[in-house]
Amino acid sequence: MPRDLSIRKVLVIGSGPIVIGQAAEFDYAGTQACRSLKEEGLEVVLLNSNPATIMTDKDIADRVYIEPLTVEVVEQLILKERPDSVLPTLGGQAGLNLAMELEEAGFLKEHGVRLIGTTSETIKKAEDRLEFKATMEKIGEPVAASLVVENVDDGLAFANKIGYPVVLRPAYTLGGSGGGIAHDSHQLVEILENGLRLSRVGQVLVERCIAGWKEIEYEVMRDSAGNCITVCNMENIDPVGVHTGDSIVVAPSQTLGDKEYQMLRTSALNIISELNITGGCNVQYALNPDSFEYCVIEVNPRVSRSSALASKATGYPIAKVAAKIALGYTLDEIKNAITKKTYASFEPMLDYVVVKLPRLPFDKFISAKRTLTTQMKATGEVMSICDNFEGALMKAIRSLEQHVDSLMSYDFTGLSEEDLLEQLAVVDDMRMWKIAEAVRRGIDYDTIYNITKVDRWFIDKFAVIVEMERALQTRELTPELLKEAKRIEFPDNVIARLTGRTEREIHDMRHANGIVASYKIVDTCAAEFAAETPYYYSVYGSENEVDKTEGRKKVLVLGSGPIRIGQGIEFDFCSVHCTWAFSKEGYETIIVNNNPETVSTDFDIADKLYFEPLTPEDVESIVDIEKPDGAVVQFGGQTAIKLTESLMKMGVPILGTSAENVDKAEDRELFDEILEECEIPRPTGGTVFTAEEAKEVANRLGYPVLVRPSYVLGGQGMQIAINDSDIDQFIGIINRIAQDHPILVDKYLQGKEIEVDAVCDGTDILIPGIMEHIERAGIHSGDSISVYPAQSLTEGAKAKIAEYTRRLAKSLHVIGMINIQFIVCGEDDVYVIEVNPRSSRTVPYISKVTGIPIVPLATRVIIGKKIRELGYTPGLQPEADYVAVKMPVFSFEKIRGADISLGPEMKSTGECLGIAKTFDEALYKAFLGAGIKLPKFRNMIMTVRDEEHPAAVEIGRRFADIGYHIFATSGTARALNEAGVKATPVRKIEQESPNLMDLILGHKIDLVIDIPAQGAEHSRDGFVIRRNAIETGVNVLTAIDTAEALITSLENTDIRKLTLIDIATV
Amino acid sequence: MKAFLILEDGTVFTGTSIGSTRECISEIVFNTSMTGYLEVLTDPSYAGQAVTMTYPLIGNYGITPDMESKKAWPDGYIVRELSRMPSNFRCEGTIQDFLKAQDIPGIAGIDTRALTKVLREKGTMNGMITTDEGYDLDEVLPKLKAYRVGDVVSKVTCPEKYVLKGDGLKVALLDLGAKNNIAKSLNERGCEVTVYPAHTSAEEIIASAPDGIMLSNGPGDPADCTSVIAEIRRLYETDIPIFAICLGHQLMALATGATTHKLKYGHRGGNHPVKDLATGRVYISSQNHGYVVDEDSVDPKVAVPAFRNVNDGTNEGLSYIGKNIFTVQFHPEACPGPQDSGYLFDRFIEMMGGAK
Repeated sequence: MPRDLSIRKVLVIGSGPIVIGQAAEFDYAGTQACRSLKEEGLEVVLLNSNPATIMTDKDIADRVYIEPLTVEVVEQLILKERPDSVLPTLGGQAGLNLAMELEEAGFLKEHGVRLIGTTSETIKKAEDRLEFKATMEKIGEPVAASLVVENVDDGLAFANKIGYPVVLRPAYTLGGSGGGIAHDSHQLVEILENGLRLSRVGQVLVERCIAGWKEIEYEVMRDSAGNCITVCNMENIDPVGVHTGDSIVVAPSQTLGDKEYQMLRTSALNIISELNITGGCNVQYALNPDSFEYCVIEVNPRVSRSSALASKATGYPIAKVAAKIALGYTLDEIKNAITKKTYASFEPMLDYVVVKLPRLPFDKFISAKRTLTTQMKATGEVMSICDNFEGALMKAIRSLEQHVDSLMSYDFTGLSEEDLLEQLAVVDDMRMWKIAEAVRRGIDYDTIYNITKVDRWFIDKFAVIVEMERALQTRELTPELLKEAKRIEFPDNVIARLTGRTEREIHDMRHANGIVASYKIVDTCAAEFAAETPYYYSVYGSENEVDKTEGRKKVLVLGSGPIRIGQGIEFDFCSVHCTWAFSKEGYETIIVNNNPETVSTDFDIADKLYFEPLTPEDVESIVDIEKPDGAVVQFGGQTAIKLTESLMKMGVPILGTSAENVDKAEDRELFDEILEECEIPRPTGGTVFTAEEAKEVANRLGYPVLVRPSYVLGGQGMQIAINDSDIDQFIGIINRIAQDHPILVDKYLQGKEIEVDAVCDGTDILIPGIMEHIERAGIHSGDSISVYPAQSLTEGAKAKIAEYTRRLAKSLHVIGMINIQFIVCGEDDVYVIEVNPRSSRTVPYISKVTGIPIVPLATRVIIGKKIRELGYTPGLQPEADYVAVKMPVFSFEKIRGADISLGPEMKSTGECLGIAKTFDEALYKAFLGAGIKLPKFRNMIMTVRDEEHPAAVEIGRRFADIGYHIFATSGTARALNEAGVKATPVRKIEQESPNLMDLILGHKIDLVIDIPAQGAEHSRDGFVIRRNAIETGVNVLTAIDTAEALITSLENTDIRKLTLIDIATV
Repeated sequence: MKAFLILEDGTVFTGTSIGSTRECISEIVFNTSMTGYLEVLTDPSYAGQAVTMTYPLIGNYGITPDMESKKAWPDGYIVRELSRMPSNFRCEGTIQDFLKAQDIPGIAGIDTRALTKVLREKGTMNGMITTDEGYDLDEVLPKLKAYRVGDVVSKVTCPEKYVLKGDGLKVALLDLGAKNNIAKSLNERGCEVTVYPAHTSAEEIIASAPDGIMLSNGPGDPADCTSVIAEIRRLYETDIPIFAICLGHQLMALATGATTHKLKYGHRGGNHPVKDLATGRVYISSQNHGYVVDEDSVDPKVAVPAFRNVNDGTNEGLSYIGKNIFTVQFHPEACPGPQDSGYLFDRFIEMMGGAK
């Protein structure tokens, strides 16, 4: 069927800020879809509140609105832009929910707008628990015994009927948010109460627990003519019970025979047909390991994280094809972009194995529970490809960048056998390592299987790796043994460690024996057809397929690996734009990355894509074959920066700022010299290695001090210490991670925090704008609300900032990007606190709100162009006539036990933007985009540390003025009441009821303002309050400045007056 | 033990011996299915060929009760890696032991993707699997070139007729190398299936007065099956409904004046899209054929194309004019592969007048 010509202007709704359960995969899907729509000549209107995305670029859509994802905004946007269609299935659950609300309210119909892709009836059938169950029963597809409940009593009654354990799944939530497994009535009440609150429709499914069954997923496509295909299936190594986003996933399934495979495939096709889905769909199954019995767990009638993974695992562009299907094309009319000979109506055949590992944030949330449940906790993921399972797993492990490189990376040798068996039963992020230890001890497979329900086939594969460890330790390292170790992807450093040799010796022995990596193509068809797509993965012991390319200059762009707190989607934005800019300049571009959720790992972004770990050894293997003319490290975050030294040793020139100058910015003493030379003040401080030295420096400077390791991103390990015992504790934590670099101790200055991104060509600099943080110094810049243009700086301070930026960029010989953070105290005392000679988290945001394409500009500068010749006037650019506020977004409700109070260590997972003519409206939009939609019940709780009482009183007064009833802990209440602000004192948690906890669990509180004391001595009480508030869906603010910003935005803005700004016209 | 795969063009792959250590010369083909290795091994259509599995991990779930015939048929088996420990609730043994018991020589540990690319670029060719390290190419290559698949249908067909009881329609299944699931699919739909050896005369089948005739899949060059073609011509001339799969489809075409030719490297796998030309619907099918009916050679007064391959446009099925005859190139019986076209068995039941 040809395309539906009545579709001319399409509104695409994105997924909003990155949160756990809804991450970069939707930028990938949305970007691919928008490009696919534009390819068809359609006008694309894009709505997404997340400025760090590529989909919100003006080259991706025709009209771009970075506005809050609320029903009101979409309605207003539809009235303004008058699209004829809405494509809701590519923006994750957020986009889908919005579209559904509009459809249900009749708004779309009323304004002649239709949903394309999949109808609302279909979405409802798949998403509404009752309708879904009825549909499955109708076509004879088994589902686990379940009941949708809207209150706790019904849940208890049903659980008593079907027996514990039961699984709880709230309807319409992200990443299984609020769900879990309850083993008794106590757990049931706890999880169910929370789940009911988090569900948009107040419904939770109580279901027979099938934990321990195999979890299998199918990715299915269907067109409007009813043709359907499966893109691939995937098997979770972790059985049912762990969210698939937190599971180790392998594609294709490994332990299913053709009978099981086809049984589930046929079921998936029956389901997608019955649901009448047009586009992509994901079906999850639980398969009894001892029979053909299975249950349908869930159907996602949209593009999902799993479909992003399936796309990258197979090369089949699911989002692109889904977009074409939405326009009316059938699968047999859409060309297979990889073979360019076949069509989208085929099923990819893999001749390799794909392993996905989750990137879990427990290194950031030390206090969090590491157990994995049906609620997703991973912030990102890595994928790897190899021609054997062991190799794919080994590559995935080292792609994580979590100080792991093998199955020996977590040490369980100290556990007794009894303890180890007990530990095996704990489902957490280290379980694979525990299984390996069990295998090492000779514990038989059946015992391990009975505890873990991890299929024996996988246990045996772990055993193959363990046997290789032993062989390397005990046998002579012959070329044959080395060859076998490399075949299963043991990295050189691990082989060196096990054999007692140096990494160099292993490297040389490999090369002397011709044991080098070769590269195979991902071609969707197991080599049946010639593929033109340069999408590669490495293997050992096979023929190399990479075409030697010559002619054009060749540049290696290093990606940023898995999404983690502190290094998110922003760096993918930068890597992709850098690649495009190099392409435009006539370069051949090569991307190396291992993140399946990103745009950069789409096979048509660079000339060549290597889906590989970002370690020196893996990169060197690519360099050996490609011999690039240079590498760019300044756009791939710390992951890429860390490779600088290794690249230089390989003889690859670093394009842009030299490695030596990168070092100068990071090395405390060299940096101090530069600052002195440039006459720029910085907070006094010192470089230390031990706690004793740190205390000596701290006492000399006077507390409070800032303690942090050098060479980190996202403030990892950074803390404010107020006394000697804090220092002991923090240094202890820092040294838990291998530390090759010194620790920095600085005087902590409490002033305005200012951030600048600039481009320097060696002569001139260009500063697009100055950003000011709402929160005072001490809260990580990534967790602060950032405002452009700066609102409270004097002209003098601005001039100083621009001048200091110029001096620093020049003396560090920056060619390309630089990011500088300043503290401004008083009128215009400007101090430098951090310099990063690379692209930063704020680059996408500042690019979009100033309209200056910073990354392409920096890229051209890197290859030798001058800012002036590119048509820009150097210096600080004129301020825009509107205000843009970047708001951090957190995923605290997903991470049980994580402390949510903000500090120097970054904790946010994403961001959203508020842009408006006035500061207040921009701020209001930003809060709205972050999901803070107030007022509701007009009740709030304040518990504020003594030093902040004066500020708290003023904030309290303003909240009271707009009708808030304030509850406060005794000290705060006294301060408020004394100042004439009415506040009701409440008892602390440990005191008898009614206390603070009862208030929170009463579900009538809009907001908690909890400003904890500084230092390590965070009260247990505050922690419990914050956790409970977050887990029951209450907004919690832990910085006084954030609270002030919120009340400011609430006082001045009426929601109906929001003006929508098309940033493509900025 | 080392093993070698030597191709007709002189390419040599070195790997490890699996299964039998005896030497074999055969036609080398590849199959892209990711599951169903046992069904592939026991598909009689592979007689006269050595099959390469493009999926690198084979044997993961061991040997299950899913054989498609009584034994394994390929002359040789070529894989990247055999799983040392199978795992499945129905697993009855390892693939290693199975290959040995079935006396199938094989080779593991070679770059099967590189081999597939050679076959894709140069076309299906002959090859030898040997454990003899002292092989002499000058001696081996002429032998490889001389190899012909020959009459394999006689080798794979059942020695005598047998009956699968049923109380519905009576179907005569001509076993040209039939996979079990063809008879099973009919039997499950209530049919009583009488399975006849390939060289059964048309008279005998017609005399049994079946409600319908099923022509099965099978190995080899269809044009070599001259005597069977002659019998099929006589079946064509009756009014008995006929449904044919794969080799059966090709033989019916040859019997009615069309020609066949050998594809460069064939279609073997479970992901081939075929379009039903009557409805425009596309189905993913299981395929295993090296030869194809020349659509141009089909007399439009005799038959019209019913299915076509979406990838390369080759013929995938014919509908005979004025006859109750319908034939397909692909495998609606699946095993291995997608079950999407299983509805064709229902269509056959309808052709025979509906279930009794």
